[in-house]
Amino acid sequence: MGNRCAVIGVGQTKYQTRRRDVSIAGLVREAALRALEDAGLTFKDIDAVVIGKAPDLFEGVMMPEAYLADALGGAGKPVTRVHTAGSVGGSTALVGASLIQGGVHERVLVVAFEKQSESNATWALSTHLPFNASLVVGAGGYFAPHIREYMRRSGAPEHIGTLVAVKDRQNALKNPYAHLKIPGINRAMVESTPMLWEPIRYLETCPSSDGACAMVLAAENKVTGTPAWVHGTAMRSEPIFRAGRDTVNPQGGKDCVADVYRQAGVTDPRREIDVAEVYVPFSWYEPMWLENLGFAGEGEGWKLTESGATALDGDIPWNASGGVLSSNPIGASGLIRFAEAALQVRGQAGEHQVDGARRALGHAYGGGAQFFAMWIVGSDKP
Amino acid sequence: MREVAVVAFAQTKHTGHDEGLTEPELISPVIQEVKRLSGLSRFGFTCSGSCDYLAGAPFSFVSALDAVGAWPPISESHVEMDAAWALYEAWVRLQHGDVDSALVYGYGKSSQGDLREIMTLQLDPYYLAPLGLDQVSFAALQASALGADPGALREIVRRSRADGRANPYALDLPDPEDEGYEVRPLHASDVAPITDGAAAVVLAAGDLARELVERPAWITGIAHRIEPHYLGMRDLARSVSAADAARAAGVGKGPVEVAELHAQFSHEELILTEALGLAPDTVVNPSGGPLAANPVMATGLIRIGEAAQRIIDGGAGRTVGHASSGPCLQQNLVTVLEA
Repeated sequence: MGNRCAVIGVGQTKYQTRRRDVSIAGLVREAALRALEDAGLTFKDIDAVVIGKAPDLFEGVMMPEAYLADALGGAGKPVTRVHTAGSVGGSTALVGASLIQGGVHERVLVVAFEKQSESNATWALSTHLPFNASLVVGAGGYFAPHIREYMRRSGAPEHIGTLVAVKDRQNALKNPYAHLKIPGINRAMVESTPMLWEPIRYLETCPSSDGACAMVLAAENKVTGTPAWVHGTAMRSEPIFRAGRDTVNPQGGKDCVADVYRQAGVTDPRREIDVAEVYVPFSWYEPMWLENLGFAGEGEGWKLTESGATALDGDIPWNASGGVLSSNPIGASGLIRFAEAALQVRGQAGEHQVDGARRALGHAYGGGAQFFAMWIVGSDKP
Repeated sequence: MREVAVVAFAQTKHTGHDEGLTEPELISPVIQEVKRLSGLSRFGFTCSGSCDYLAGAPFSFVSALDAVGAWPPISESHVEMDAAWALYEAWVRLQHGDVDSALVYGYGKSSQGDLREIMTLQLDPYYLAPLGLDQVSFAALQASALGADPGALREIVRRSRADGRANPYALDLPDPEDEGYEVRPLHASDVAPITDGAAAVVLAAGDLARELVERPAWITGIAHRIEPHYLGMRDLARSVSAADAARAAGVGKGPVEVAELHAQFSHEELILTEALGLAPDTVVNPSGGPLAANPVMATGLIRIGEAAQRIIDGGAGRTVGHASSGPCLQQNLVTVLEA
């Protein structure tokens, strides 16, 4: 894992449908300045910048790191652009951490964003390469069959997805940056919304958001304030079209989490991890990932959700921030998970703080549930 | 830093037209080739570079994983940049000390669109892209700022194309003839040709590198820098970021026998030669360089591969590979390789 690395600054923009008041550069700079302020630093103190975002077609700007270098104080420094599909926010944090773990730099700014209002993500996701089949369905159409297969295998009752949709939106009411804030959110409200892709209803999906998130990562000798120490980092990828691949419970996710648990010395995640920020863009992905990440046995994840264990006052809160279901600037969504995990172990999550959180999991996935990025952060130096 | 070397390099026989291959079909042979050359079938880390806008569809790198054979799942990442930056990320990952090998690849099919127009979309979307300034036009602004001697540019093109004809992987392009301006002062032959192609490199650390090949090409320095995006904020006749990266990589710490420069326009070779402080006896782009084959997103990685191959083959002891990104050499990466 290399040299020690810690999060010393976190910055987020308010997530909302349209940020008409700022350009793309203004949006990323807002998050970056807040992270720097949190760390008590300025752009001058930063050695390198890592930028992540989902497909360039989402804004119509090709390789926007060239244009964003100025807004992020990148001139004269190394700037890297990461793109690993929906997991990219998580990968961006890991590429930044790697620069410190590898001993190359001492302070790295990582920034991820999406300004979905500049374009139409579902359109951008539905175009295809020449000679390849088009799914023409967006992300929801792609993942719904996987969810139905999960329900068939596990025998989960139909209301489980609704429970997640309500729980995450209740958490969002406590997060000042969250996009969807629905006072009085309840099961009846979710169940009254239209069915988009069986079994996913409108309020069981993530919103389209504009927003950016940033973190300042530091080597041990540059750590200031209250750090969130990185205890483990891992990425895994598997081919989308491999015959026999289990898309419901992907091997890449299992291998990735096994790797971070090994690095962090975690053997019983439900007991040893205090809070998890997991990429759940459609409600049913909570029980599915509970199993994939080892918090529940196969076919048992939905029981954990139903029991209330993953609620803010449960024994293993998942997505205390409201998660992707409440805010989804796609390219940033993974980094927000990683940043919220850091905020929890720094004790700085505000109203959605999980009492006494000392070790947290940040998770992101992307592509056809084939790209995974994860880290574990803790309040103790590893 | 931990000792890391290039131990294998492979590239496609690049073409100036679409051969009807999908991206996985383009990549698969070079992946197989570097696996054969290195003797490794699994790698501690994998990183690639490509650009969705060349294909006009999101996630062009997703199907590429089919060519890699990413099963069981692999530790993998991707940069939306030239694959030279993927190599940098892999080099950083190898510094951690827990893995000893890395696979790096990049690919691009610029035959599928109008590259000149596509590159316009890389500019500031509010103030520059709406002007419609295309890639050749902003390169021409830089060439004008440099005020290069037309004879010197013509000689760079002639030499690059002759070297390219001798390189089985590059395009077969004739000596430049009298031709009109593409965008003054650049002629069509001053512009890198539309090319489809791919390349792959295997990196290995320390003893593993020594086990795998007789003469590993050790990366003794590697660094990259960016400079302001707005052309008006830069002295276009110079490349400050290339000079800074070269200093950080230690180019000047010894003689450079061969330099492979990512010059997509003839005048960029002059700017880069100056920025890297190359001596007159340094052989520049003996492969023909980008003016003889420019598979976008792989071209920078090929420069590092070509510079490394000189060392692996025993033909040189100290070489430099350079990669660039962004309008008018906005971003530059410099690698020093030694026997």
